[in-house]
Amino acid sequence: MSEEGKRDLEGVYDRRDFEEIGRFVGEGDRVLDVGCGDGRLLSYLQEGKGVKGFGIELSLEGVGECLSRGLSVIHGDAEEEIEHYVEGSYDVVVLSLTLQAMRKPRDMLYNLVRVGKKAVVSFPNFGHWRVVRSLLWDGHMPVTRVMPRAWYETPNIHFCTVRDFMALCGEMDIEITGMVLLDEGMGEVFRLSGGGGSGVSFWHHLRSAQAIFAIHGRG
Amino acid sequence: MEGGGIGLKKKLDLGDVEWTLEGGGRLSEVEVAYTTKGVLSPLKDNVVCVCHALTGDQYMADCHPLTGKPGWWEKMVGPGLAIDTDKFFVVCSNVLGGCLGTTGPMSKDPKTGLPYGLSFPEVSIGDMVRVQKALMESMGIDRVFAVVGGSMGAMQVLDWIVRYPESVGYAVVVAGASRHTPQNIAFHESGRAAIMSDPHFYQGSYYDKDEDMRPRRGLAVARMMAHITYLSEGALQRKFGRRRRDGGSRGFQSDFEVESYLRYQGSNFVKRFDANSYLYLTRAMDIFDLSSEGEGSLVKVLSGVKSRVLVVSFSSDWLFPPRESKLIVRALAAGGCFVSGALIESESGHDSFLLDDRPFLKIVGDFLRGGWRNEGGTV
Repeated sequence: MSEEGKRDLEGVYDRRDFEEIGRFVGEGDRVLDVGCGDGRLLSYLQEGKGVKGFGIELSLEGVGECLSRGLSVIHGDAEEEIEHYVEGSYDVVVLSLTLQAMRKPRDMLYNLVRVGKKAVVSFPNFGHWRVVRSLLWDGHMPVTRVMPRAWYETPNIHFCTVRDFMALCGEMDIEITGMVLLDEGMGEVFRLSGGGGSGVSFWHHLRSAQAIFAIHGRG
Repeated sequence: MEGGGIGLKKKLDLGDVEWTLEGGGRLSEVEVAYTTKGVLSPLKDNVVCVCHALTGDQYMADCHPLTGKPGWWEKMVGPGLAIDTDKFFVVCSNVLGGCLGTTGPMSKDPKTGLPYGLSFPEVSIGDMVRVQKALMESMGIDRVFAVVGGSMGAMQVLDWIVRYPESVGYAVVVAGASRHTPQNIAFHESGRAAIMSDPHFYQGSYYDKDEDMRPRRGLAVARMMAHITYLSEGALQRKFGRRRRDGGSRGFQSDFEVESYLRYQGSNFVKRFDANSYLYLTRAMDIFDLSSEGEGSLVKVLSGVKSRVLVVSFSSDWLFPPRESKLIVRALAAGGCFVSGALIESESGHDSFLLDDRPFLKIVGDFLRGGWRNEGGTV
């Protein structure tokens, strides 16, 4: 596929991801995107929902992109910076496809629901059938669209499955208020809105390449 | 519309009242010297106020009249540059207490007809900012699009956004701090001591003396010391190493290259700077303290800020280290402000903000462009 084609495809994936995250964001909210990259998600939310966009980003290039989009972004290590953010100071804190790259995902999760009245977390599901097949049949660590790099160079060091994530939320007394599971083509596999029991079956789990959760602390 | 120009000067209209400074002193007359670049828009909504550093001046982007050197921010301010003069009307004025046209210790006291010298009242960063605001108002400008400054200029920017929250859209704080550390004060004090112990200091009343009978040596030594703090160990190593001129001599001729560099810096500086101004301005920096109300009050002081702020620091700056900038960023964030922060990897120390540092210049340009977009600017 041409570079351009790839970019277009990424654009489509992005938009679907953004759309789903956007469902959990209110008009005019103060939104903090942790690991905001070039600020595309915040820009999308700013244009579509008039949110006030804030970010934390590790790369100076990303920071520059964000600034030229008119966003407010702090240059630094997300896990270190978020420690200094004030409790409940944002309506929504977003962690998009970054949880698995954290040194301490549990601490990050704690900070997300501490700083945000609500948090939206998306991550690649390590229980997806391609991952399972790769491990079971090929005996190799998986390389897929959402996990595109080989094990020795991937920034992703803490993979989890949808069930792992839900279990951790339970353990940390974090309430799950919404969940969307998407397959490889970004088609919907499962949707939960408004809390309650999970209802995620074995088959849902296998088919989900990516999960998006809306959560908040009970404190 | 006002066009760009250099070497402008304006007497501020103080009405019938005297100008009472924060330290309690009074001035019956304040004159401001400034330069501008770009064109003021009909709505007067494209103004960028540039605040200069301790030994800077209003010649940010114009050839300096005394040294013939290019403007200190010629890489920053100009057509298509970070502070884009195709869009913005950029104003830079010599600070109160300075020595290049704005009222300061070398100006004549209208009451005596003689230069103020040490009878000039104590000046604060806030006083400098009030004068800049008055200059803007004299041009019919109520709100500036942005205020930008490094080092002492950064202190002025911080004062601007706290003092006039409604009047500043965007603010860029470069290599700054909310207050001086004891180390900063100590360096300044050694510089002042060098000036005051020069036998030609005459308690600051030296303006009637010939050039070489003024405290130039003391001022040169102060500059040499200060200049070391503007660089980094790595920068000195890279620039000079232990190289010698003429294969090395005995005695105290300046034979290490770093020595002759510093002597050159010192002797050049005294051609364009006044010793008394140096005393007043270093003092103004020392007493500046945004959080004078005590620990933890920085958040409180900054919580009223309405401007969008970018705070930039440099990794090798040990005079105004990145941790000082971080304090400001975190305090602004805690106050719910629109704050951005960037740390630039650089080996050149505090001086980085004056150099052709591409990542730094780009970040400032990105911030102002994003802000201009936010405001729907079209110029």
